[in-house]
Parts: sequence; C-alpha cells; structure tokens
Amino acid sequence: MSTVTSKQHQEPLIRVVKRAELTAGRMMLLRLLAVFLSLVAGGVFIACVGQNPFVIYGTILSGACRSVMAFQGTVKIMIPLLITSLGVTLAFKMKFWNIGAEGQLIFGATCATYFALFCSGMNHVLLVIVMFLAGFIGGGLWGLIPAIFKVKYDTNETLFTLMLNYIALHIVSYLRDGPWMDPGSQGFPKIARFDKNASLDKLFGIQFGWLIALILVVVVFIYLKYTKQGYEISVVGESQDTARYAGMNVKKIVLRTMFLSGGICGMAGMIQATGSDITLTTSVAGGVGFTAIIVAWLAQLNPFSILLVSFLFSVLEKGSSVVQSNFGLSTDCADVLQGIILFFILGCEFFVRYRFVLRQKASCSGACRKETEG
Amino acid sequence: MDMIIKFLVAAVGAGTPLLFGTVGEILTEKTGHLNLGVEGMMSIGACVGFMAGYYTDSFMLALLLAAVAGAFSALIYAVLTVTFMANQNVTGLTLTIFGIGFANFIGIFVLNKSPEGTLKLPEKITAAMRGIHIPGLSDVPVLGELLFSYSPFVYIGVAIAIISACYLNRTKKGLSLKAVGENPGAADAAGIKVVKVKYVNIILGGAICGIGGVYCSMIINGGVWISDNVGGLGWIAVALVIFANWQPSRAILGSFVFGAFRVLKYYIPQSVLPFPIAFYDMLPFLMTALVLMISSMRKSSRINLPAALGLNYFREER
Repeated sequence: MSTVTSKQHQEPLIRVVKRAELTAGRMMLLRLLAVFLSLVAGGVFIACVGQNPFVIYGTILSGACRSVMAFQGTVKIMIPLLITSLGVTLAFKMKFWNIGAEGQLIFGATCATYFALFCSGMNHVLLVIVMFLAGFIGGGLWGLIPAIFKVKYDTNETLFTLMLNYIALHIVSYLRDGPWMDPGSQGFPKIARFDKNASLDKLFGIQFGWLIALILVVVVFIYLKYTKQGYEISVVGESQDTARYAGMNVKKIVLRTMFLSGGICGMAGMIQATGSDITLTTSVAGGVGFTAIIVAWLAQLNPFSILLVSFLFSVLEKGSSVVQSNFGLSTDCADVLQGIILFFILGCEFFVRYRFVLRQKASCSGACRKETEG
Repeated sequence: MDMIIKFLVAAVGAGTPLLFGTVGEILTEKTGHLNLGVEGMMSIGACVGFMAGYYTDSFMLALLLAAVAGAFSALIYAVLTVTFMANQNVTGLTLTIFGIGFANFIGIFVLNKSPEGTLKLPEKITAAMRGIHIPGLSDVPVLGELLFSYSPFVYIGVAIAIISACYLNRTKKGLSLKAVGENPGAADAAGIKVVKVKYVNIILGGAICGIGGVYCSMIINGGVWISDNVGGLGWIAVALVIFANWQPSRAILGSFVFGAFRVLKYYIPQSVLPFPIAFYDMLPFLMTALVLMISSMRKSSRINLPAALGLNYFREER
C-alpha cells in the first residue's frame, strides 16, 4: 500500500497478518495455554453452579481410574470413539467433510448384526471375521454413497452425509420394530441379545476391540505417513488441482478414501454392537460420530494424538458419571467441558497462524511497517 | 374432512420450530458461513427461554431471552469463524454438542432443586401459548381453524420469514449480504464492510433459532421440561435450507410440508398405507437427500447456494 492511499484511507485499528512459522515448542506452549484457559473457563462454569471446580476436576480424574473396574469402563467408552476418530481422520485429511461417521457406524453395526442374528451357528472365529468384514463393508458403502455423488455431481458432502446419519438410524428402528424384533420380548420393540457365539471375546476383562483400536492407530499412522495412497490423500486435501496436475486420479482417490473412512467407522459400530452392547440398539452410535470429529480435530489429525485425546475424552465422560452420583451434576457436564475446550483450541489455532497488528502511528513510515510485517 | 383439517393444523404446529431454525440458518448461510450449530443454538434458546418463563411468568420475557441466548451462542460461532477463521464445520458441530449439553445440564440442575420433581411452566404462560381466538374470524368454519387458531409462535414465525424475505430481496442491506455470501472479496472491494455484515447476520440468525428453540421446550411437551427437547429438529432445519433453496418465503411452505411429514404417521391408518412407522420418521431426511442429489445433478442456475459457503474470508489473501 503506498503512503498516498494510506493518508486518504485510514488503516483499520486492528488488522490481521499471517505470521511466520512458529517453532514446535512455541506452538505446543500456545495450545497448552489454550487448554489451561479452557479449564479455567470450565472451572468458572462449575463455580457458577455452586461447586468447587478443583474438587470436580479431581473427581473426574480419580473417578475414571480409581479401580480396575472404572478403568475398564473408561476403555470401553474409548474403543468406538478412538476407532471412529481414526476413520474420520482419513476423510478430513482429504478435506472431505464427512459428518456422517454416525451413520456409517450405525450401518456397519447393522450389517454385522445380520450375521450375528441369523448365522450364529457358524464357527466362532469365522463368524467374528465375517462380522468384521460386514461391518467394514457396510460402513464403507454408506460412506461411498456421498463420495460418488461428490465426484460425479459435486453434491455438498457435509449435508448429504448428515442426512444419511438419520436414514441409517431409522433403518435400525425399522428393523427393531419389524423384521428383527425379538420374538421373546412380548411385543416390546427390541432386537434380541446376541448369542454368546456371536459376541466378541474378552481380553484382560475388556472386549478385545481395544487391541484392534490400538493396531488401527499404528496402521492409520503408517498408511497416512508412509504409503503412496496416504500421500495422495494429503495432496488431494491440499489442492485438487495440484493432484490432477501431478497425474493423480482424484475421483478414484476420493472414492477409495471415503470407502476406507466409512469402513473404519462401520467397524467401530460392529465392535460396539458385538463387544459392548451385545445387541443392536438405535443408540449404538450415541453421538460418538460427532464427538469423533472433535477428537480428530483436537488431535490435528495425528493418530497418536487421537489416541491421547480420545483417552482424555473418555476419562471426562466416565469421570462425569462419578460426578453425577457424588454431586448430583448431570453427565452432560462432560459435553459442556468438551465444547469449551474445543472452543478455546479453535480460537488458539488462529494465533498459531496469524497475529493482530495494531494501527501504526501516523509518523511511522513505510519502512517501519515493512519491518513489523516481516 | 374434519380429519384433514386436524392434520393440516397439526402439520403447521409441527413445522413451526423448523421454520424458525430454517430462516435463521438461511440468514447465516447467506453470509457464506455454514453454521451446523443450529441444534445447539436452539437448545440454548430452549433452555434459557424456558427458565425465564419458569421464574418470571412472562411470555414476552421468555421469548426475548431465548432470542438473546440464541444470539449469544451465534456470537461464539461468529467470533471463532469470522475473526479467528476457524473451520466452520468443526465450530458448528462443537456448538451443537456444547449447546445440547448446556441445556440438558442446566435443565437437570434446576430440576434437582425444584420441590415437585418436575419443571412445569406456570399456567399464565401456557395460556398465552395456546391457540389464539379472534372472535368472529376464528369461528368461521374451516378457514377459521386453518388460519386463526394457532399459537402466537406460528404468526411470529411466518412474520419473521416474510420480513427476512423482504430484507434479503428488497433492501440494500440484503443485497450486500448476498454479495458477501457470493464473493466476499468483490464485496469488500465494493466498499461493503464484510466482517460487520457477517457478524450482524450470523447473530440475527442465531436469535431467530433461539426463538425456535423455546417453541420446542414450551409447546411440544405441554410446558414440561424434558432433556433433549429440541430432538434433532435443528438438523432438519439445516436440511430444510436446501429444500427451501435459501429463500425465506419458500421456507414457510417447506417447514409446513416437513411438519406434515412429521405428523403423517398419526393420521394415516396402517390399513391404508402399510408403511412402517420408521419410514415416516425417515421421510424428511430422505426427501432432503433427494433434493440435494437432484439439485446438484441438474446444476440449474436457479439454485441459490451461496458460492462462498463454507469458505472463510481472509482479507489479505484475496
């Protein structure tokens, strides 16, 4: 901007400029500061409802890990959340706004349930493998539908995946009220409890889904970081034009990634239904698909950070159920705190990339301004 | 015949909260910001409005505070996405999770303190919300019931939709708003204060959603507080925006049609159309998905999707 125009038009009082890359240490510090501030804000909220924030935070932490049982409960909450977060990470890395993890999870669980209900006589190991495949393919297909429309007609994927969530949910309620209704429930609409043969085995007292989740963390990390397909995903995410110019088949990449993304979410549904619920209900997802998006975002789409964040969120969830029984505050407290934490992190990301510049004094010449911008 | 009138009246009632949510979201999306927090803003409005009514006995105050609460939650969204340029999808989703959590939390908190064990609005307010009765007009057969028998909310909603339509299509401010949503860079160059336009309309949209929320907490359950009282209506509203093609006037028709879908299952006997109940519950979402698919296939120029929807605007990068 030349000095002539800046004399005619006054510069805005505050303006935003991009800042040079921060060092990893300072970036970490900024984020920790944001988390700290969000805990302070959450503390103010807790204080407003007449409780001591320190006591409540302490109870959440100790409540989630106070006994083996409690810790197992925390891990049980964590399994679907972790797997689903890994699933949406693939899509998000490609900047494909898959808000439909909830639906993919439900549909995957539904497909797996078919085998759990009607093929329960199969060999146990074989049946579990078949159910895994069914969950994966079911979720994958549910994720593929919006992807097909996206690449073919550029249909808005955010809204489309959102609608598919509800369609999947009502498919389950249809099956529950009709074809799959438990004949032994005397007309009460519910799906029968799975045969023991059709439920997941336990490992250290928790269904072995946790092991699969941990393996998936490593697999997704390697897939995104060290494989050609993972590289293609990040290029498409950065710029579709660049990808096309480099000779990549963008359509194929989008379809493949969404199938994998949905498939992983579907697997989470299968694990939740056959490992934890031992039946299929309409609340098999229970908002996990949405929380997973928050987890993935907080973790900057890094699988190992996702492991950490989903563990912390599960602690929050489990701990707040202890807070409920001890202090009479409802478990919705966890949602409020999660929301506050993410609000602060979202705000903090701005300061990682940009900074505010106050209006310079009129005496400041162009040279001086150049200095501040550099 | 009687049955049909009852059905239409019920459809309008069921569609009204959707109307508020849709019109609010249209104003928001016209700025180029996709706010997925409608459900959350409605929940916060539902909670604050209900509590205001519960403690003050004043219908107008409840309405006002619900709007203020909705506006305030939209302000959080606006600060994060407009000023801090955070991802719109994630911010909106967070607002939804936060809003539902906040409303349920406060609801149960107050519930635990109430001596009766339930939260019920005072009679004065439930009376104010009941259908209006204009002597003479309301007694006209058929038309009286179809036009002059609703809760004041319905008329407020239709009025807001019509005013918004005029605002968008007939005023200079509405034109600036549309310009910002289509191409913020060009709008900025033309001297429109992009940031201000975005803030004003996102907050306005939030206030309208807040009023829609209070309908859910006050009317749907007969004035008794229950958790999750918005129950997904906010998401249908996000869908309805597409159905209404980003036009507030079409939102009126659209929300009543969707309201009809929602109450259809109570009025069609199983013997006539043997669809399972779940199908009727799925219908609004199925229809929206179809509209979404068909409208993107036709690529018609009449689709009013704001071109810059979902993209944040950074002035120094234009």
